[in-house]
Amino acid sequence: MNYSEILPGGGMWSMRVPRHRTIQLVTEGAGANISALFFNGANPLDRLNLPDTLKALHTAKLTRGHVLMSDMGLAMASIVEDSLGWHDPLGGRTTADIVKKSFGEGSYQDLRNDFLRNAHDHFLIELAKHGLGLRDVVANVNFFSKVTVDDSGHLEYHAAGCPAGARVTLRSEIDLLLVLSNSPHPMHPGGGYPRIPVRISISHCEAAGADDFCRNFRPECGRAMQLSERLYL
Amino acid sequence: MSTLNYVESRLGEADALFSKVIPAGEGWIHKIAAGQTLRITDLEGNQAADTFFFDATDLEERYDAQVTIREQGGIYLTTGTKLKSNRGRTLLTITADTCGRHDTLGGACAAESNMVRYALSKRFMHNCRDTFLLQMVLSGLPLTKRDLAHNINFFMNVPVTPEGGLKFDDGVSEAGKYVEMIAACDVHCLISNCPQLNNPCNAYNPTPIRVSIWEAGA
Repeated sequence: MNYSEILPGGGMWSMRVPRHRTIQLVTEGAGANISALFFNGANPLDRLNLPDTLKALHTAKLTRGHVLMSDMGLAMASIVEDSLGWHDPLGGRTTADIVKKSFGEGSYQDLRNDFLRNAHDHFLIELAKHGLGLRDVVANVNFFSKVTVDDSGHLEYHAAGCPAGARVTLRSEIDLLLVLSNSPHPMHPGGGYPRIPVRISISHCEAAGADDFCRNFRPECGRAMQLSERLYL
Repeated sequence: MSTLNYVESRLGEADALFSKVIPAGEGWIHKIAAGQTLRITDLEGNQAADTFFFDATDLEERYDAQVTIREQGGIYLTTGTKLKSNRGRTLLTITADTCGRHDTLGGACAAESNMVRYALSKRFMHNCRDTFLLQMVLSGLPLTKRDLAHNINFFMNVPVTPEGGLKFDDGVSEAGKYVEMIAACDVHCLISNCPQLNNPCNAYNPTPIRVSIWEAGA
């Protein structure tokens, strides 16, 4: 069975996704940001480890070919398709304070379901549904956002990076618990709270073969996939 | 921001309340009280000191790399950097730095990441996460792997290129370089003195560091 749903701007989502599924995210407007956490569905103590991922791939951005790795060395999800070329692993998540500072007051009392939500609270709520909490909030990915680092280490957020129709497709390499927050990037310059719907689609797919692009992107990717395959001996 | 805000400490080693040499491959967990100053000294140069902090009164509150780099707008740590928690509070502030290159992105080495990065046969080499886990268990504190997140690597050189590349370069640290920080609240400091032999983060020669603590107001 295939599944597709719109994650509205300001919305949160979590789902257990078995291995060998494609998880496609498509933006329905410009300027989207999806903050994401990944857990090993069978053992949430094992979770996305961005430091390990970045140093294995020698990268400070994420794009096609890259494999998101857990802290037990597993390939969790491979980026099999990417229309943008840059997704941010550095900027982290919004909090209530950041949203208030950048976008102003926005309570449920005043705005009903258009209230100004943040990724930190989104993560805590979705994780609580799975028996997890603040201890499980580790460094997250921001899909559709770009943050560069100059030679002196200075971070720069690129506001106009993501057009409508931007697309990134992941392939689950193990059974996952995936948590998503459709909320602004924490370095967003502010103004109006962006509400960009993003379509999530999940479909069955083949396991990565020997000639798979992500498996062969770097030797590190292939070794992480080997470790994932050991889970299912 | 510049990479290095070179500031020497006025604190003398002889006045330290506590001082300990941590050989390469060993670890340390210790409470730093609010107002106390912690200095980490790279005794022989080009060492990586993998370091993590917990709020001592609420262990769920811990150092958060993404919050720290975003709040200061840059990835390198130096004098003036506030080390932030996952709740956005300042845990410690760096008050002196004679090295100027401390990594926030590379995290700790682990048996599993060594397998991925180098070869599956590297599983049995000593690594920082094993040291962290042992120190957490031996501390008697209710800390587990779940509490371990993205640490600081003091003295380690991991430059990022404007094109989004990440490199592991030879260290810029030399014998006697140090970094010093004052605790804003009671914290537990967890250190693994990195035993990595597979890359130049320690110049392929892991060496001792020294940790020293001064009383508040020293």
